[in-house]
Amino acid sequence: MATEYKTIVRDGLWDNNGVLAMLLGMCPTMAMTTSATNGLGMGLATAAVMAASSLLVSIFRSRITQEVRIPVYILIVASMVTLVDLCMNAWMHELYKVLGLFIALIVSNCLPLARLEAFAAKEPALPSFMDGLFMGIGFTIALTCIGAVREISGSGTLFAEASLLLGPAFKFMEMRLLPPDMGVLMMILPPGGFLVAGLMVVVKRMIDVRSGKAIQMGGAHSVA
Amino acid sequence: MKQQSMMVHGVILGIFCLGFGLLLAVTDSLTAKDIAARALEDRQNSLSQVIPDNIHDNNPVTDTVAMKDAQGNEITVYRATKEGKVTGLAYEIFGSGYGGKIKLMLGVDAQGKVLGVRVLAHKETPGLGDKIDVKKSDWILRFTGLSLDNPLPEKWKVKKDGGQFDQFAGATITPRGVVRAVREGLEFFAANKAQMMDLSAPKAPMKEGH
Repeated sequence: MATEYKTIVRDGLWDNNGVLAMLLGMCPTMAMTTSATNGLGMGLATAAVMAASSLLVSIFRSRITQEVRIPVYILIVASMVTLVDLCMNAWMHELYKVLGLFIALIVSNCLPLARLEAFAAKEPALPSFMDGLFMGIGFTIALTCIGAVREISGSGTLFAEASLLLGPAFKFMEMRLLPPDMGVLMMILPPGGFLVAGLMVVVKRMIDVRSGKAIQMGGAHSVA
Repeated sequence: MKQQSMMVHGVILGIFCLGFGLLLAVTDSLTAKDIAARALEDRQNSLSQVIPDNIHDNNPVTDTVAMKDAQGNEITVYRATKEGKVTGLAYEIFGSGYGGKIKLMLGVDAQGKVLGVRVLAHKETPGLGDKIDVKKSDWILRFTGLSLDNPLPEKWKVKKDGGQFDQFAGATITPRGVVRAVREGLEFFAANKAQMMDLSAPKAPMKEGH
């Protein structure tokens, strides 16, 4: 069992990373990586929704028939997103003001749906929950890295406004690395998103090749 | 047989829809009151930034008039009164920026002087045009105290256009849109002063959300 969880964690964080290996969820990836903080916020909200919906699908997996599974998955993801949206708006309002516009975007992310279909529909509850969680964390790491590169090269800052997202204690994370006028505007505009995401995929594959691993094609080994 | 299995699928899907529908309905009813309270707080906060607390003894959030602005947008005018006299007004103004509409809240006193301007919503380029947001830069604060004849009408422009307002490095369209919106907002006040200050006018019903 222990090795199985190890595979789940490795898969989510690196081997089968949602963005860098499977190239899923490109819409929020492009839209929300204009800064590292935005990427982090979007990633964390997605991880919460993915963990919850994977758990639910896994619990109900014997009741969901093959023919109606896709509508049911979409229903579950959309319900979780709405639930998180409402609860945060009511009880975590400060955070909601920063993250609010990201949350509805999670529905447009195909990564949760892909993991429900590929993993949660067949596996027991706890592994499914872990898969959703670690796929979400892997997504968070990828988005934060892309956001960091775009932010440093585009605006010259790193983790600007992180204290709005994480609380005043994280003020120390906010850095200015380049003078204000040094940034390359293109990097925080859409072309920068494609460029940096592409370069990140290249870097990941180069590391994989160096370490003697065969390059895995998107999601191939876990989708039956 | 085929028909029967289709029924089964329909029923399964229906049950899931019902279940999650119920779940969301319950969540909504649990959170609705808190969300409405937060929305009201937000509005109070944005109003208190453009209407100083010491000039009114009423609650401007609930003392409102519905009007149409020069472009035909329905706007709500919030009124600050002290001892039965109107001391300030706040209303939404709209500028056209680089990424679409910029929504702002403008506060003016009874003489038509700007009490404050704040951005409510915008889609400007992060790192460039978003300096109009008070969280990113204090640029927007320089409008406070200005009026239609201070500076003179031909100076109500960004420096690039021969006016007296700084543009940002790399962004001219955004500040140009904001300066213009504020000027038009003041012109709107000048043109509709009587109606906006009329305390006998019927109050607009409270609107939900933003």
